[in-house]
Amino acid sequence: MRADALKGGFADAPVDAAHGFRAAMNAMARPGYIETLRGAVPPAPVSVAAGSLLLTLCDPETPLYLAGAHDCQDMRDWVAFHIGAPVVARQEALFVLGAWDAVLPLEGYALGTSEYPDQSATLIVEMDALGGGGAILRGPGIKDTATLSLPDDISLFQRNATLFPLGLDFFFTAGDQVAALPRTTKVTHEEVV
Amino acid sequence: MSDYNFAYLDEQTKRMIRRAILKGLAIPGYQVPFASREMPMPYGWGTGGVQVSAATLTPDDTLKVIDQGADDTTNAVSIRKFFERTANVGTTEETSKASVIQTRHRIPEEDLREDQILVYQVPIPEPLRFLEPSEVETRKMHSLEEYGLMHVKLYEDIAQHGAIATSYAYPVKVEGRYVMDPSPIPKFDNPKMEMAAIQLFGAGREQRIYALPPYTQVVSLDFEDYPFEASKAEHACDLCAAEDSYLDEVIMDDAGGRMFVCSDTDYCASRRKAGHVGAQGTNLEEDAA
Repeated sequence: MRADALKGGFADAPVDAAHGFRAAMNAMARPGYIETLRGAVPPAPVSVAAGSLLLTLCDPETPLYLAGAHDCQDMRDWVAFHIGAPVVARQEALFVLGAWDAVLPLEGYALGTSEYPDQSATLIVEMDALGGGGAILRGPGIKDTATLSLPDDISLFQRNATLFPLGLDFFFTAGDQVAALPRTTKVTHEEVV
Repeated sequence: MSDYNFAYLDEQTKRMIRRAILKGLAIPGYQVPFASREMPMPYGWGTGGVQVSAATLTPDDTLKVIDQGADDTTNAVSIRKFFERTANVGTTEETSKASVIQTRHRIPEEDLREDQILVYQVPIPEPLRFLEPSEVETRKMHSLEEYGLMHVKLYEDIAQHGAIATSYAYPVKVEGRYVMDPSPIPKFDNPKMEMAAIQLFGAGREQRIYALPPYTQVVSLDFEDYPFEASKAEHACDLCAAEDSYLDEVIMDDAGGRMFVCSDTDYCASRRKAGHVGAQGTNLEEDAA
């Protein structure tokens, strides 16, 4: 293990994690809303926001799947030291980290069961940038409509929403920004009148 | 500062609660099981709400705690002191100044804002529990969306009493899917649940967390010919003359004397400060003199 892996955790874990959770909760409760999330300095290519989310939510009880370029030795070392989450195959994971192309296809992740829909995977998807505009969102947490720059193929999110109450929940991260898309959100391209 | 970790709970416990809250927000109205910890207060005194608050608070927050609307009852005072000591957060009794509000059995009269969080203490989170004692069965009923039994219960109310007699913990349906227990708030508060703030529900003894994101559709169950009615005492507050607030009836003597006062003490006090005087109230300045 390289010495760098020991760095980049929260400086003040209880307080940083509390702020991290507030950002994550605001994002999940208000789809389309972009929050700032700092504190962690994970190894490349992981963003500050994604690293902070992992430190806030993951521990030895949460199997983690690292997809594509995010599955590198530096990151495995960092996870082993700071989080202790077992790095597992995609179908066993409760948390997934990777770029959009790497986490696809969405089939195979835990969706929960009809009696325990909460036992489903949460995907942390690394984006180049986050912003308003793009797809139009409706659902719980949104007063009328919201917008978010989602990955292009929104039919995947539409299919995910039809599985409700089962389904995947998404965080999108870029730099120190985070937004979320729970399974309840209805995603469209067009303004429905 | 004290010798406790920030907000009392250890970090791994908080992570577990935080994951449950996020899944609760993603599946509004669904009760997420969590490994409730023993807290330094007995079950029934808000151990669920306290754990949810502990996992939610940041050092920048201002906490308000109410018990049946009042800031100055034992339960509210002790929980407020608990977080003053263990989380070093600021506290307030004013609804508008609070960022996190923990409540037992009331929603504040004042509309909550988007930057506020309301945490409910829940005794029995399962709305079907008194109809079906088995957790295995109720879990199956939720998964199959089998809520006929609840409508039978409301129907029996009508058959026996001529109206739906359930006046608190009135069941609601969330986003057309899960039937949810709103905790024992008076049904007067049910329409307020479609609000701008995030609502989190914690049941410590029963080990369940559930949540409502802002603006989530919350419909009180009813029948076309017996629509839901948010009822309150037909009276105005005797201290502040408010006609739109939920009232407590206070027995004054052995001769049948009584008065009605706002259950939300902050709402009542701020109205009295603004000069409103009820039928049995006195002007606030005279009161102080």
